[in-house]
Amino acid sequence: MSEIVPQVPRARDGRAPDVFHVGGWVPMREYADDDEVDFAIIGTGAGGGTLACRLSEAGFSVVALDVGPYWRPLEDFASDEHEQFKLYWRDERIVDGTDALQLGRNNSGQSVGGSMVHFAMVSLRFRPEWFKARSQLGYGHDWPVDWREMWRYYGEVEEALKIAGPVRYPWGPHRPRYPYRAHELNAAARVLARGSEALGIKWAPTPLATLSAPRGDAHPCVYRGFCIAGCSTNAKQSALTTWIPRALAAGAEIRDLAMVGRIELGNSGRVTGLHYHREGRWRFQRARHVVVAGYSIETPRLLLNSACPRFPDGLANSSGLVGHNLMAHSNQGVYGVMEDEIRWYKGPPSLAITEHWNYTDEGKDFHGGYSYMSQGPLPVEWVGTMTGNRGLWGEALQREMQKYIHQAGLKIVGETQARDENRVRLADEKDRFGLPVAHVTFSYGDNDHRLIAHAKRFMRDSLAAAGARDIWAEESETAHLMGTCRMGDDPSTSVTNADGRSWDIPNLWICDGSLFPTSGGVNPSLTIQALACRAADRIKLLAKRGEL
Amino acid sequence: MTERFPGYDVLAKRDTPSWNDASRRVIDHRLALEDEPRFLTQDEWRLLVALCDRIVPQPPHRPRIPVAVLIDRKLQQDQGDGYRQASMPPLRQAWRQGLHALNEEARLRFGGNFVELAPGQQDALLELLARDQVRSEAWQGLGAKSFFKGRALHDIGSSYYAFPESWNQIGFGGPASPRGYVRMDFNRRDPWEAVESKHV
Ligand SMILES: Cc1cc2nc3c(=O)[nH]c(=O)nc-3n(C[C@H](O)[C@H](O)[C@H](O)COP(=O)(O)OP(=O)(O)OC[C@H]3O[C@@H](n4cnc5c(N)ncnc54)[C@H](O)[C@@H]3O)c2cc1C
Ligand code: SF4
Repeated sequence: MSEIVPQVPRARDGRAPDVFHVGGWVPMREYADDDEVDFAIIGTGAGGGTLACRLSEAGFSVVALDVGPYWRPLEDFASDEHEQFKLYWRDERIVDGTDALQLGRNNSGQSVGGSMVHFAMVSLRFRPEWFKARSQLGYGHDWPVDWREMWRYYGEVEEALKIAGPVRYPWGPHRPRYPYRAHELNAAARVLARGSEALGIKWAPTPLATLSAPRGDAHPCVYRGFCIAGCSTNAKQSALTTWIPRALAAGAEIRDLAMVGRIELGNSGRVTGLHYHREGRWRFQRARHVVVAGYSIETPRLLLNSACPRFPDGLANSSGLVGHNLMAHSNQGVYGVMEDEIRWYKGPPSLAITEHWNYTDEGKDFHGGYSYMSQGPLPVEWVGTMTGNRGLWGEALQREMQKYIHQAGLKIVGETQARDENRVRLADEKDRFGLPVAHVTFSYGDNDHRLIAHAKRFMRDSLAAAGARDIWAEESETAHLMGTCRMGDDPSTSVTNADGRSWDIPNLWICDGSLFPTSGGVNPSLTIQALACRAADRIKLLAKRGEL
Repeated sequence: MTERFPGYDVLAKRDTPSWNDASRRVIDHRLALEDEPRFLTQDEWRLLVALCDRIVPQPPHRPRIPVAVLIDRKLQQDQGDGYRQASMPPLRQAWRQGLHALNEEARLRFGGNFVELAPGQQDALLELLARDQVRSEAWQGLGAKSFFKGRALHDIGSSYYAFPESWNQIGFGGPASPRGYVRMDFNRRDPWEAVESKHV
């Protein structure tokens, strides 16, 4: 029921929207469909947007396509949960499994800027050992990258997004101080702090991708709390407001409202370009390289939809792994009522965090770790929790809703294990472009259940110690998606190498959350962006060596 | 019940810095929606309105929230949520079948149309849906509990809390852009936020 949605592409005729000015434009270089561009990138989110920027700055010709609209947040974003549903992937997908995923609002964006346009801005580094989970911690898979290298790229991304965070972060090896000072805590965050101190564990202000001081044309965060409904002030540092303006300035072309339906394989065994739908018709963009960055559901869907006689099971799928090992962070919340007024709708939703159980291995009866953060759901999200999780309705529902401004909560981002049966495949049903939609199966495993049970116990204790009463915990919640095209060192057990280059087709790449071999206990976007920066540097190097 | 936030009206902030133009446009439009069905038939509409009254009972002495209208418009535009349980039919079909089955169940159990039952009977019936203890054949291929929890509670809760009047009832600040909030600590309130009555 959106009122304000662009119906025709905005990025064309040599210009793209200037996100920093109402009605503004910036110049944009354009390519013809027949120009064989160096890189055609599908998706402009954390992976695709970052890569488009870094490759165009390295001098490559880049066209990045996204089926979502190109927003100017200052004029297009209302302070309204319903209106802002327009930011989510709302085309049909079929779900099943014991813990069938809620998609759309919960984990999938459809905008230039991708899911970062409505992300909660939590910007965390992986624990170093997670990159070698199999050999050092005894579960999951090793990543084909070294943590020290990743930490360098984390530093680059934190600088590019001017992450606001504490001077000293209490967990893990030394890291430089965050570019911008940490945000003030709201009462919801103080509840986490109180509970942590009572239980004797460390906590910290969450490193966030929203400004705590002015930056260029963007103002600091005004603590309006609508972050996951899109930031109408541009304080949020998303791909839309950081990487993509840089990409345009460096000569990349962005195509909004452009749906890629199929990647074409040539006789040489290399891909030749992609078929995309824009302004009512199918077109073909030629490209020397194609990068898929559509996230964990759309990336495998597109590869499977691009099956051809040479690759009847989908492109880059000789391992049979495309679409498999889908992971979704466990995301159970524990809530309680405080005597104090909390008014958790104010400020970014997760201003305080503890990574205690990411960095402590003692006392666990499960593999992996979890972080948890303070919460601040707005009414529509909150009522969904009440009806969806507790099954409340009638007077009981309305009575609970009345406690809104006294409510506080903690929620995990919990590591889940990669399991083959959790997967994305094609359904018979077609979307508005005539393309088979994704069928997504997800169930938690035993280890996941043990982790969740541990987290719920601990968070209950923490809330109680902070003074909450009427405490209850959510059952089957999930958050961020990861996996389905994992990277690795061995072509028989992975889809791409460490650079995101597919083993089967040398000029077909993947650059998004689907590359994750394991999920870690932190939100994924910083790692996705770090991988994209790393891939760009590797591509530069390979080009110099003549190995592209 | 005593009101928790007496005198608080989110709409009073409409012309203050708390609302940007986009918020004004969107909320104005929502409040101007005609409380009439565009997609559902009159019978389905009456049934939906009665169902909404049980799922989100409205406090007396407060302006009435037209909950059903957002669901009807969602159906009219066939605007799904971006996913659907494999066992469930698509949005429009699920609502149509669900409303029909609800009425069939009412006739089977209480010998009358759902809209004619007493509120207590309606609640008893919904309790059965929630527990999947239904008898009517009309639920086939949909599932009473799936419909009740996955569609009815989901869509009705979401619609109710999309209206400014609901925000008045729970003390939510409503639109907040470009002006957000300044006072964030325990028991701190900006002057443009709701005052909670100490007598509830
Ligand atoms: C509500 C919410 C809160 C979140 N909060 C956080 C947080 O606090 N911290 C964090 O780290 N992460 C958070 N995330 C997760 C984070 O946003 C994602 O993990 C990340 O953006 C994924 O990056 P990506 O590049 O893989 O995909 P995306 O950013 O989702 O980008 C994919 C893009 O590809 C486009 N696309 C897909 N297929 C096609 C196609 N065939 N043709 C054209 N375009 C296509 C899509 O429209 C989309 O714009 C949150 C996510 C959600 C939904
Ligand atoms: S709280 Fe800050 S980041 Fe979030 S929407 Fe508001 S201004 Fe943007």
